[in-house]
Order: sequence, then structure tokens, then C-alpha cells
Amino acid sequence: MKKVIMGNHALSYGAMLARSQVISAYPITPQTQVVELLSEMCADGSLDARFIKVESEHSAMASCIGASVAGARAFTATSAQGLALMHEMLHWAAGGRHPIVMGNINRAMAPGWSIWTDQNDSLSQRDTGWMQFYCSSNQEVVDTVIQGFKVAERLMIPAMVVLDAFALSHTYEVVDVPDQKLVDEFLPPFKPEIRLTPADPRAFGGLTGSDHYMELRYLLQREMEKAPALIEETGREYEKLFGRYLGLVDPYRCDDAELVFVTSGTAGFTARVAVDELRASGVRAGNLRVKVFRPFPFDRVREVLAKVKRAAVVDRNCSYGAGGIFYQEVKSALYGRPGMPPLFGYIAGLGGRDIMVDSFKEIAADAMSKDRAEQEIVWIGVKK
Amino acid sequence: MRPKKAKKIVFKSAEEMPIMICSVGDQTHNLTGAWRNIRPEIDLSKCIKCGICWKFCPEPSIDVVDEWPVVDYDYCKGCGICAEECPAKCIVMVEERR
Amino acid sequence: MSQDTKKEKKFTMTLPPEELMACGHLACQGCGATLAMRYMLKGLGQKTALCIPACCWAVIDGPYPYSSLDVPIYHCAFETAASTATGVKAGLEMAGDPETTVVAWAGDGGTFDIGIQALSGAAERNDDIIYVCYDNEAYMNTGIQRSSATPYGAWTTTTPVKHFKNRPKKDIVAILAAHRIPYIATASVSHPEDFVRKVKKAKAIKGTRFFHVYAPCPTGWKSRPEDSVKLARMAVQNGLFPLYEIEDGEKYTLNLKLKDKKPVEDYLRLQGRFRHLSPEAIAEIQAEIDVRWARLLKHVEA
Repeated sequence: MKKVIMGNHALSYGAMLARSQVISAYPITPQTQVVELLSEMCADGSLDARFIKVESEHSAMASCIGASVAGARAFTATSAQGLALMHEMLHWAAGGRHPIVMGNINRAMAPGWSIWTDQNDSLSQRDTGWMQFYCSSNQEVVDTVIQGFKVAERLMIPAMVVLDAFALSHTYEVVDVPDQKLVDEFLPPFKPEIRLTPADPRAFGGLTGSDHYMELRYLLQREMEKAPALIEETGREYEKLFGRYLGLVDPYRCDDAELVFVTSGTAGFTARVAVDELRASGVRAGNLRVKVFRPFPFDRVREVLAKVKRAAVVDRNCSYGAGGIFYQEVKSALYGRPGMPPLFGYIAGLGGRDIMVDSFKEIAADAMSKDRAEQEIVWIGVKK
Repeated sequence: MRPKKAKKIVFKSAEEMPIMICSVGDQTHNLTGAWRNIRPEIDLSKCIKCGICWKFCPEPSIDVVDEWPVVDYDYCKGCGICAEECPAKCIVMVEERR
Repeated sequence: MSQDTKKEKKFTMTLPPEELMACGHLACQGCGATLAMRYMLKGLGQKTALCIPACCWAVIDGPYPYSSLDVPIYHCAFETAASTATGVKAGLEMAGDPETTVVAWAGDGGTFDIGIQALSGAAERNDDIIYVCYDNEAYMNTGIQRSSATPYGAWTTTTPVKHFKNRPKKDIVAILAAHRIPYIATASVSHPEDFVRKVKKAKAIKGTRFFHVYAPCPTGWKSRPEDSVKLARMAVQNGLFPLYEIEDGEKYTLNLKLKDKKPVEDYLRLQGRFRHLSPEAIAEIQAEIDVRWARLLKHVEA
């Protein structure tokens, strides 16, 4: 059924269609509509779930962990400061192998207070062991939540579905809301092999010495390495039922490109307008949208970029003292491989500053004028 | 309660470990009696079977055998609460000699 | 009584015989927290799930891959005993198990200090959990640092003798009573029958139930291990730790009436952590006990 809904409600619909059983959340702008709609769904009976209205994001994730280990499908959503407050529990969820799905609305970190988008909140959670999916349309949000649960539960690794504040969270788009029966066919109920129950009394997460700890982390990484193939396989399965493929990356006019913009989130759609206009003016541009940040799709990124002349990574984030975070990752994917193009790193759009078509044209002009990057960061649109 | 003296568990490879970080047994292989410096000895001729030693044992390592209290020295850590609390004063703590 | 009649006499068990705690656990000699766990499980039975944050019990139960208890445990983050327990309860219910009693089992640091936000949240929502704080009056697991449950006058490694703790213990029960939860009880390891009775009573109540359990710690109190039960009993008898219940935040019941409160000095003198106290400081502690006792009696009589 087609509906015009905002990005935040796309998260709610995804969680509802996945038949989330326990939702635990705390309000934060610009996430709040996600849980407002879910609490209505719980109240009117359209979703059979327990909604725990916790007193902090830290408790939200703790409750989700408790629910998940007890054998329930758990969902939450947050943003920025809330995600940062949860940080400890993100390690707990992934380390304890609890396949929770969480929506995160990318919002810049304070101070100064900002409610507008950039990616430093979610990217700061890079090493917690969560999968991270970056969406660029409301349709993708619904589809990613449903597929996220499937992949998460198969691997017993939690998944974060990330969308830009306002640019996506508050933007209304036409969404083909999947049919519940088909979703049920795609996503069976959550039945973990081991769960917390008096019928099988086990202690979870006890003190672990150096004789076992490393193996536990090895297992987490080993399962994470299975994720890229599983995300694609799950995507094909989803495509058969719903006609839409998610996958790891989304290349646009890259095959013959002399310059590819590597983007994540909504910036990709702006990039595509720029690509078309640049092509009309004689520059063979392309766009590679990286949809999954963890696990990082090294192979897919290399496949696409091996064929292009130059690549410009546009980051809506900054690792202070290093540079753009996607830039670092793409660089590590290409390093030491023959035939890879020169890479250029750009930072744009922090704290909700718009990344415009002209921003991409400025990037193109800079990248096309150089043989290789002369510095780690080129700032776009900053008042120096 | 599970049978006493379960085996020590060491996973030889990651493959043997359960998918969740969870216990697979108790630690009754850990014979905490080795911690003991003083041992309780019960003079059953003075025992009034009041159950107080059993009640206050934190291990619990006072078993009830044929309606009499019996110390399980495999696990008794020698805290001395039983002797301190015994109203019949039939438990004495004596120095452990090994 | 002759030996023959004694042979026939049954061994007296004033507590349920079922043991859900196995030997081999890692508690120190004379650990009050361990007795507390044993009694609570006797009261609740096997259909129980525990959430244990960082505290002595995170170690006592045993390292991975062992557990000394015959009930499931989730070892949760320090400040999340209540919030994790809330999630476990919801999860069990949604997974088709509405029966299991879910218990958050935390020390005084995890309750009075770092976990108080989550506890207050769960209590305000009246989440269907039992929260037990076993109180040994300092961060014992990390090596005896002061918590807001450490009493006035006590030495700890962060309140050295020259700067002993000069603020009274936080009144956690009053804080919980202010949330008007259905059931609050204090319990002491010196009075296990009273403890088990209250646990059984709490099990039958729906909503947030809170236990404040007095759990002596020979290691941290610098007391003799054999004195643990005695010290707990003295604290009950001198009015330092009265046994009482509060229903719906209002109805107070005193479980053990004291005709004459014993002086606190005897209790203090058995513990190295109070060895430095001057007669004036002891008088101050005694005065504080008297004030609190009078306040409690007012509540009971109201």
C-alpha cells in the first residue's frame, strides 16, 4: 500500500511490520515521531508489543538488551546525545550478541546545541560491533528495518538504521508500505537458540578471563565478516517478494566515470543531480552511495572504484586530527591495490549546513584540477 | 541442586563455545575447602538439631545426613559462623593442619 | 534428652530446604551478600531470573563459563540493574512466560549511587520487578571505597581515618517510599525467616517491590568472618537497621519491636572500620540512630 509518510514514521512502520515485541525509548529531537507513532500503534492494538517509556536512552538500550536475551524482538530509536549516552550499552548489545534493531537520526553533537544533521553521532559508535545502514529515502528506511532484523537475528549482531535529521527524518515521501503477510513470510518470529529462561538456567556475560575473552571477540568479528554476503543474499530474497533490492552499495553512472562522488545518506541524491548536470557539461561524473558502513563493503567499493579515474569522498562528519571518516575507510579499502584511482577527501554539511548541487560542482572542480590529494581534508562551504 | 564436583570447563577452540556468552555448568570443581585456616568440628553428642548451623552457612556446606548436620569439608571455607551461632556450643573451630 | 530420643528427632529446618545456590562460589569467608542470595532464592524458588550489575555477586557467581546458581542470570552494566530487569520481564512476557519473577540484584553502589536513576525510573513506572539491594555499605568489590550507603564515621579506602566519612548514609528506603511503590521491605541476614517470609509476600505482589538487605562484609568492615550474622543481628537490635515493611509508600509495619534499643557502641567496637571513632563521634552516631528510630515509630503509629 502506498502512503505518504515522513522518514521517522518509515522507521515506525518498519518496526511494526517486523512485529517488534518490546520497544523501549526516550524522546529526543529529531527522533521523537518514531516512538510517538509506535506508542500509538501499541495503544490501539495494531502492534502487539510492550512499550517501556524509560527515563533515559541508557535505560532504553538496557531494557532492549534484557528483552532480547529473554527471547523478544526489540526495537528502539534515538539520536545524537541519546546515542552517545547509550554508548556503553551499544558495546553490551553487540558483545552480548543481542540482535536489536535501532533507528538513529543523524544529528550533530553538542556543544553548541544543534538538532541538525551530521554523522558524527553514529560514526563515533563505529567500534561498538553494530552493523550500520545509511539510508537515503524513506522507502529504504522501511525496507532496511525489516531486512535489518533478519540479518541481525541470523548473525546475532545488532543493527543500526541511520537517517539524516530533517533531510530525511522530517521529509515526506511516497513509500510502498510492504504487505504484513509478505513481511511475515520474509521474517519469521525471533527464536534464538539460547535465551534467558529458568528452564535452561545460564548466567550470561559473566566475568571472562584472558583464556576465553579473545575467542568471544573473534566470534563476533567472524560473524561480522559473514554479514556482507548475508546482507546481499537477504536483499535478493527481499527483492523477490517486494521488488526492491537494498545491498551494500548503490553505484550511479560509475562505469565510465572520470570522477565519482562517494557519499552516504541523503547527500547521494543531491550528488546525482550534480552528476547529471556535470555530464551535460562534459564531465563524466558518477556517484557511489555506500549504504552499509559496518561491515564496511570493501570488495564492492573496490569493484566500483577500480573502473574510475578519480574518486572524491564527501563526508558529513569529521574525525578530528584525521579527516573524513568515510574517506579514511575508502582509503584503507584501496590501499596497496594496483589500479586504484587517486582519492580526494572533502568535508561538507556539518551541523545541518546544506550540501547543494553547487557543493558537488565545487568538489568536482577541485578534484579534476589535481593529480592527487594535497591534504587530508578539503573543507567545502566553510567560512574560513 | 546439580551434582557436586562438576568438571572444570576449558574450551579448546572458539567453535566449542556457545553463540551467547553464557555459562554451561557450575563451579563445584572449585574446592573452596582449600581456603580454610580453621575447621569446624561438630560434637554431635551435644547437638540439639536446631538447624542454626545449616541456616547460617553461606556456602552452603553443612549437609543434613540422617537428620544430623555434617560439614562438607570440600567446600567449607572455615568462616566460623556456625560455631559462633550454635546455641548448644557443640561446634568448635580447630586449626587446620595440612 | 537421651541420645536415643535425639536420634529420632528431626533436624530443624526453619527455611525451605531447596538449595538453588551451589558450593564452589567465590564469596569471601563469612559473606553476608551470599547468605542474602541463598535466602532470597529459598523464598522465590527456581522460576526466577536475576539481573546482576557490577557488584560482589558479579564475581561470586563464578567466571565464564560457570554459574553457581540454578536460576538464569543476566550480568548487566553497573547502572542498569533496574532497566535491564524491566526489559527481561517484558521480554519473557512477550516470549510467552508471564510467570517468572524477575529480580534486579545489586549492591549499595549500584543502587544508592550509579543505578539510582534507572531504579527511580522503574519504580515510577511501577515495573513488575523485585529490586534487591544487598547493602554492605561501600564499594567492596573494587576494594572498599565509600558509597552514599557508607555510614557516618566509617573508614574506607577513599575515606581514610583522617578524613572519615562525615555525612550520614543516604535514606534509600525513604526515597523508594516517595515513589509509592506497592511494597518495600528491609531484611537482615540475621533474620532469615523474616526475610524469606517477606520475599514470598513480595512474590505475590505485582509492580515494583524493593528490598533493602543488610549484608555484613568482613573484608570491608574489618570484622571477624564469624561475626557476620552477629553484627547483622546487633544492627537490628540497636535500631541501626530496623526490620520493617512499607506498603504503597504509606503503611509502615515494624516487624521487630524493640523494648530497649541496645547501645550502638558494642556494634561499632567489633569493626575495624570504626576503630578510630572518638566517644563524641560515637555519641553522634547514637543520637542519629535515636532520631531515625523515633521517626520510624511515628510512621508506624500514623
